[in-house]
Amino acid sequence: MAYFTQQLINAITLGAIYGLIAIGYTMVYGIIGMINFAHGEVFMIGAFISLIGFIICGSLGISSAPIAIVLVLLLAMSFSAVYGWAIERTAYRPLRGSFRLAPLISAIGVSIALQNYVQLAQGARPKPGGQIVSGGFNLFTADGFDVRVTWLQIIIVLVTIVLMAGFTWVIARTSLGRQQRACEQDMKMAALLGVNVDRTISLTFVLGAALAAVAGMLFLMYYGVIDFFIGFLAGIKAFTAAVLGGIGSLPGAMLGGLLIGLIEVFWAGYFSSEYKDVAAFAILVLVLIFRPSGLLGKPEIEKV
Amino acid sequence: MGPRLPLMLKDAGLTAFVAAALGIFIVGFRTVDMGGGKGLGFDYHLVDLLVAVVVIFIGRLGLSMAANGLRWPAIVLGVAMIVAGASPMKLPSGFLHWFVALGGMLLVIRAIWPWASDAMGAAARTPSGLALGRAGSKWFGWLLLAFAVLLPFSPVADQKTMDLGVLILTYVMLGWGLNIVVGLAGLLDLGYVAFYAVGAYAYALLSTQYGLGFWTVLPLAGMMAALFGIMLGFPVLRLRGDYLAIVTLGFGEIIRLVLLNWFDLTNGPAGIGSIPGPTLFGAVFAETPPPGKQTVSEMLGIAFNGNHRLIFLYYIILGLALITNLFTQRMRRLPVGRAWEALREDETACQALGINPTNTKLTAFAIGAMFAGFAGSFFAAKQRFISPESFVFIESAIILAIVVLGGMGSQIGVVLAAVLLIGLPEWFRDLGSYRMLAFGLAMVLIMVFKPRGLISHREPSIRLHPAGSGGGG
Amino acid sequence: MMAPLIEVEHLTMRFGGLVAIDDVSFTAHPRSITAIIGPNGAGKTTVFNCITGFYKPTVGRLTLRGGPGEFLLERMRGHEIGQKARVARTFQNIRLFPGMTVLENLMVAQHNKLMRASGWSLLGLLGVASFRRAEEAAIELSRLWLERIGLVADADRPAGELPYGAQRRLEIARAMCTEPVLLCLDEPAAGLNPRESAELNELLVSIRDRDGIGVLLIEHDMSVVMQISDHIVVLDYGRKIAEGAPAAVRNDPAVIRAYLGTDEKALDG
Repeated sequence: MAYFTQQLINAITLGAIYGLIAIGYTMVYGIIGMINFAHGEVFMIGAFISLIGFIICGSLGISSAPIAIVLVLLLAMSFSAVYGWAIERTAYRPLRGSFRLAPLISAIGVSIALQNYVQLAQGARPKPGGQIVSGGFNLFTADGFDVRVTWLQIIIVLVTIVLMAGFTWVIARTSLGRQQRACEQDMKMAALLGVNVDRTISLTFVLGAALAAVAGMLFLMYYGVIDFFIGFLAGIKAFTAAVLGGIGSLPGAMLGGLLIGLIEVFWAGYFSSEYKDVAAFAILVLVLIFRPSGLLGKPEIEKV
Repeated sequence: MGPRLPLMLKDAGLTAFVAAALGIFIVGFRTVDMGGGKGLGFDYHLVDLLVAVVVIFIGRLGLSMAANGLRWPAIVLGVAMIVAGASPMKLPSGFLHWFVALGGMLLVIRAIWPWASDAMGAAARTPSGLALGRAGSKWFGWLLLAFAVLLPFSPVADQKTMDLGVLILTYVMLGWGLNIVVGLAGLLDLGYVAFYAVGAYAYALLSTQYGLGFWTVLPLAGMMAALFGIMLGFPVLRLRGDYLAIVTLGFGEIIRLVLLNWFDLTNGPAGIGSIPGPTLFGAVFAETPPPGKQTVSEMLGIAFNGNHRLIFLYYIILGLALITNLFTQRMRRLPVGRAWEALREDETACQALGINPTNTKLTAFAIGAMFAGFAGSFFAAKQRFISPESFVFIESAIILAIVVLGGMGSQIGVVLAAVLLIGLPEWFRDLGSYRMLAFGLAMVLIMVFKPRGLISHREPSIRLHPAGSGGGG
Repeated sequence: MMAPLIEVEHLTMRFGGLVAIDDVSFTAHPRSITAIIGPNGAGKTTVFNCITGFYKPTVGRLTLRGGPGEFLLERMRGHEIGQKARVARTFQNIRLFPGMTVLENLMVAQHNKLMRASGWSLLGLLGVASFRRAEEAAIELSRLWLERIGLVADADRPAGELPYGAQRRLEIARAMCTEPVLLCLDEPAAGLNPRESAELNELLVSIRDRDGIGVLLIEHDMSVVMQISDHIVVLDYGRKIAEGAPAAVRNDPAVIRAYLGTDEKALDG
C-alpha cells in the first residue's frame, strides 16, 4: 500500500509534466490539424533556457529559490515562445495548402535541426542542473516504508494546476480563446468574420511553446539532468497523452498526461523499467488503432 | 525604390531581433562543466551571436532587395559577405566564416535567380527542350548505371571511394524501397528502419547461431521483414496519414527497444559480432582460409587483395538495388501499382471504385519492408557487427529525406538525393556535426520551396497514344 | 413492371442526436433514371453515402438485386459494395486522381478485374499473355468510354489538368468502367454551362438506354431532372414527402409548398 501510494505520487508529478507538453500538441492539432513533431524540441529548449537561467541567477547572487524559480519561469516561457512563433512562421505557415503530409515532414526537419543546433551550441553531454528545491516531508509510514512527498513535487503539481486553470480561462472566456475556437471550427468562415487567422495560429504556437517551456523547467528541476535528446521521448509520450485523452481536447490532454505518467511509473515500479518506454509506445499504437478519438475526444465523421 | 527602403530595414531589423532572441541563451551562453565539483559555468559566445545577428540582418535586407527588384545592391551585399567569409579576418569560430560565406552565396544566387530562371524557362518552353527533358532523364539513368558498373575498374576506386559507393548504394536501395511505401502508395512510414533491423538481425542470428550462409538467409530475411510489415501493417493501415506516421514511428521504437533489452536473443546494446561475410560460390574473402573452406583468391587463382571483398560487396548491393528498382518499375505498370498511386491521390474515390484499401496498402507496406529486409541482411554481412544503435529513428528520417528530396515516386530522384545527402557530407568530413543540422534544415527548405522534390516529372504508367506523338500534349 | 434494382426500406441515419434521414423508403429500377431531389440539407447525399457504404445506416434495409445476385448493402464493407454488388458512384466535389492521366483513371476503375487477370500481380510480373490480353481489353473499354465522353485526345494528360466539365464527364466514365449495375451520381450538372448540361443529359440517357443500368441521380438543376428522370423521389428534412413521375411531382402541392415555397416557376425547368 505504501509503495503503491509512493508510486502514485511520483506518477502524478510526471503526469503533470506530460500534460503540460500535451496541451501544445492538442491545441495545434485542433486548430490546423497537424502533428507538431517539433514540439518536443521546444520543451527541450525550454529546459536548456531554464538551466542557463538558473546558472545566471546563481551568478547574480539570487539565493531565494522562489524568486529564482519565478524569474526563470518567465524567462523560459518568453524565450521559448519566440521559438514556437518562429517555427510556425518559417516552417509551417508557407505550407498551408501544400500536400497533406508536407507539414509533418517539415516538422520532422525542424525537430532534427533543433536537436542538432542545441547539440552544437551546448554540447552533447548531459547537463546536471543542481538542486534548486530540496527537502520534503513524510506522509505516512507503513510496512516499514516511508511515503515521502518532496516540496518539489508539490511545486510541480501546483504550478501545473495554476497554469491549467489560467489557460482554461483564456480559452473559455477571452476573445483570443473565442477566435481560436472559431478557427478550429472553420478557418475560412472565421477569416470572413474578421478573425485574424494568422495571428490566432501564431498565438496558439506561442502559448503551446510557453507551456512546454514550463514543462521543461519542471523536468529539469525534477530529474536534475538534461541533454539535447530529451525532447524526442518526452515529445512522443506527451503526444501519446494527447491522443489518449482525445486530440483537440484540453482536459483530455491533462487526463492523458496523468494516465501516461501512471502507466509509466507503475510499469517501471511493478514490471520492468527497461520496457517502460515500450509500454508508452504500445499504448500509443493501441489507442490509435482501437479508439483514435481518445477518451474525451469527439469521433470524427468523415465528409464525403 | 526610395520609400521601400525604410520598410526593408525595419523588416531586416525585426528578423535580426528575432534571431537574437532565439540565439541569446542557447548560443550566447554555452554551459560547461567547471570541474572540481563547482557545477556548471559559462563559456560566453556573445560575440559569435552578434556577428551572426549582423549577418542575418544584412542577408535579410539583401533578400528583400532582391525580391523587390533591387538586384545589383543585393548582389553587392552578397559578394561582400562572401569576401568577408573567405577573408582571413578573425572571427570567433570557423563556423562563422562558413556561415557568412554561404549566406552570401545564397544571396547572390537568389539575386540572379530571376535571370537564370527566365533563361531556363525559355529553353524549357521550346518543344525540343521538353523532349530533351524526358529523353534526357532516361539517358541520364543509363549513364548513371554505366558509371556505377564501371566504377570499381576506374583508377579512383580506392578503398575510401568503394566504401562510400557501398554506403550510397545501400541508401539508394533503402530509398527505392521506401519510395514504394511513401512515394507510390502515399503512406508516411517513419519506422522503416525497423524492417532494416529485422533483416540485419535475421542474418546476424541465423548465421552466427545456425551457421547459415548469406545467400540462404537473404531471401529468408526479406520474407521475415515482409511478414513483420504485414503484422504491423494490418491493424494500422486504415489510420489517417499523420496518425499512421506516428504509429509506424512507435513500432520502429518498440522494435529498437526490444532489440536493446532482449539480452538472450540479441545480446542487448553490446550487439552481435563476428558475423560472416557473403561468400562467392562458397569461397570466402580472407587471406587465409578457415578450416574446410576455400578463399576466393585461391579459387580464382589470383593474388589476395583486401579490396576484392569490398568490390564484391559493392556489386552485391548494386545488384540488390537494381533488383529493387526493376521490380518497382514493373509493379508500377501493373494494376496493383496503379492502385497504389490512386490511393495516394484519393482513398475515398478508390473505395468507391471497389478497391480494397487495406489490402492494397498492405502489399505496398510488405514489399517495402521486404526490400529493407534484404538491405538489412546485406548491412549485417558488410559490417560484420550490428547493434541497436544502427537502427535509430534518425535513420528512418534520413531515408525519408532521400525520398522526399528526390521527388516522391521518382526513382532517379532517389539516386540524386542519396548522392547529395549521403555522398556530399561523407566527402566533406569537416562538416561533421553540422551535417545533421543541415539535413533537418534541408527537409524544411524542400517542403517550403520545392515540395515535389528534385525530379517532379511523372511518367504515365500506361499510354493510349505513343509518347511524344503530341496526342494530348 | 420490372423487378426493382434496389429497394431502400425504412432507411434511417442518425448522427448523435441529429436525424439526417428519417424512415425513407423507395425503389429504383434497371433501365431507368431515378432522381432524388430536395432542398439543401434534405439528406440526399447521406442516402448515397448509406447506399455506397460510406456510412452504416442506423436502421433500414438496402437490397440490391441485379447482376451477380442479391446483396444486403447495409451489411457490406465499403469497398465490397463497388466490388461485389457493383454499385458505382460519383462525388459532389469531383474526386478524380488528379496526378494520374485520364487513361490511368479509367484503368484504376477496372482494378478488380485486372488484379484477377494479373494473378494478384504474380502473372503480371512474369508478363503472361493472358494478362496482356486482359490489359488490352481494359484499354479498349477505356477508349470506348473516352470516345463517348469525347476525351480520346486527352487520354495521356493528367486528369487534374482537364477543364471542369470534362472532369465531371470523366468521373462518370470512370464509374462506368467498373461495369456497374447501379450508378449513383451526386450533382453531376453542378457548375456546368447550358451546353455542357445538355451534353450530360445525352450521356445519362445513353447510359440508361444503351447500357441498360439503373441510375440514381441527385440534382439541383431542374432542367436535367425534369427532362431525363423516369421517377422522382422528393426529400425534405430527411423525410420523403413525395414520389412519382416528373409530371406528377411537378404538380404535387406538398412538394410545391415544402420544397419550393410559393415559387411555382422553379419547377418549369
